[in-house]
Amino acid sequence: MLDVRGLKKVYEGSGRRVEAVRDLTFTVGAGELVCLVGPSGCGKTTLLKCVGGLLAPTAGEVLLEGRQVTGPPPAMAFVFQEYGRSLFPWMRVRENVELPLKQKNLAKDRRRELVADALRSVDLADAAGAYPWQLSGGMQQRVAIARALAYEPRVLLMDEPFAAVDAQTRADLEDLVRRLWRERAITILFVTHDIDEAVYLGERVVVLSASPTVVQEQLKVDLPDERDQLHTRVAPRFAELRTHVYEQIQAAKRGGGTTKSDAPQPL
Amino acid sequence: MKGANLALGAAGLAVFLALGEAVPRLGLVKEAYFPPTSKIADAFAGELTDSAFWTALGDTLTGWAVGLAVAACAGIVAGVVISVVPYLREATASTIEFLRPIPSVALIPLAVLLYGNELRSVLLLVVYASFWQVLIQTLYGVRDVDPVAEETARSYGLGTWARVRYVLWPTALPYVMTGLRLAAAVALILTVTAELVIGSPGLGARIGIAQNSQAVPDMYALIVVTGLLGLLINVGARSVERRALAWHQSVRGEVTV
Repeated sequence: MLDVRGLKKVYEGSGRRVEAVRDLTFTVGAGELVCLVGPSGCGKTTLLKCVGGLLAPTAGEVLLEGRQVTGPPPAMAFVFQEYGRSLFPWMRVRENVELPLKQKNLAKDRRRELVADALRSVDLADAAGAYPWQLSGGMQQRVAIARALAYEPRVLLMDEPFAAVDAQTRADLEDLVRRLWRERAITILFVTHDIDEAVYLGERVVVLSASPTVVQEQLKVDLPDERDQLHTRVAPRFAELRTHVYEQIQAAKRGGGTTKSDAPQPL
Repeated sequence: MKGANLALGAAGLAVFLALGEAVPRLGLVKEAYFPPTSKIADAFAGELTDSAFWTALGDTLTGWAVGLAVAACAGIVAGVVISVVPYLREATASTIEFLRPIPSVALIPLAVLLYGNELRSVLLLVVYASFWQVLIQTLYGVRDVDPVAEETARSYGLGTWARVRYVLWPTALPYVMTGLRLAAAVALILTVTAELVIGSPGLGARIGIAQNSQAVPDMYALIVVTGLLGLLINVGARSVERRALAWHQSVRGEVTV
């Protein structure tokens, strides 16, 4: 479904050259929920923007269903971390969700249907007439998710979507993502810095190294399909997986320091 | 609280008017140049019954409205185009900074040369003065576009025109509104100035005529009219602003979730 091959992104500007992503190769199968996790500042957002066609990679390519991504493809929807800035305060919730559909030239009835359906999926049917800033943070992020759903993407890209909400809301939103993924059979690429979240949500976890970024490890999450906050998180297998990912990230952080000088760091 | 403020404001105005009445009556200033409030009020009432006054008022409002409309459209379109087209902002910045500080009244001789004392003379000055107010605010407003909002729009496939319409324009609107409010005030000043100096028909010209013919109370009455116009324009502009920006944090106030 989604092929990332040899992706490299170098930012150049004002005499500084920053290699954000060195060489990334991984695939996401159709209908898969893959979590990308890595130490902070490892270029996760850069990677996701390259995948979404918002940034042009310096080298390598991104293929969506075999076709190279050069700009934002209509089969992809993006959910940003900063929901407050990603939703337009001058539009009501309904209009925010509907705007991308207008660009798709859908008929009015069809648009209305999709908007109502998407808002119902995130339990916000009665907030359609409100402005985003009248809603709580968690509700705003649900509006952003509804906007993505109404767009009917085959691939959903989520960039640390729950990093700015409180822990309880976060748990609810994680379950919402799992539910929507199972109901709608969308492919989801979910970026997070939270190891627990990655293991809880993902079918597979891709661990990234520190910047300049490469794939540190790929890990299949062999937890049952039915997950819930109470039981999954205390399951012995969950603890094993999260310990493993945690160790990988610690190793990635230590390894990250050596790439420039190639001298081993003291432990 | 609001009622108390209103009462204080009314009391202050009443004291001001009373002073205006008392000072000339007591002979502290020459009554010929500074007539008491009651005489100005009489002249004001007299003006209201004179059809020539209403024609003059109509002329002034026409000059103001047409000039402001032209300046607003031109300023907004120019501001958006300059911001959207690559390199255009850098290329025009120095020219704008050079042209903007030229006082509009310095163009009066040019206006007379070109159009005599026609309405077009007034419009030239009004448009020149208010155009910059709108343009500069639009340029600032467009610069304020949130990168996340812009990326959101791009990721959902919004093209250039759709991004201008749904992201850039609403972002710039609060600035544009401020620009329009300033431009509306400047446009009135320039309309009256042009009429007074060039003699194009309108309230300004009528003030000049009243002064020449020693109708001092009428002169004051007309000055009061221009003041009231300015007040109305400001109140009107503010109410338009509040309506257009109901979603903006400067208008919506604190929201309890």
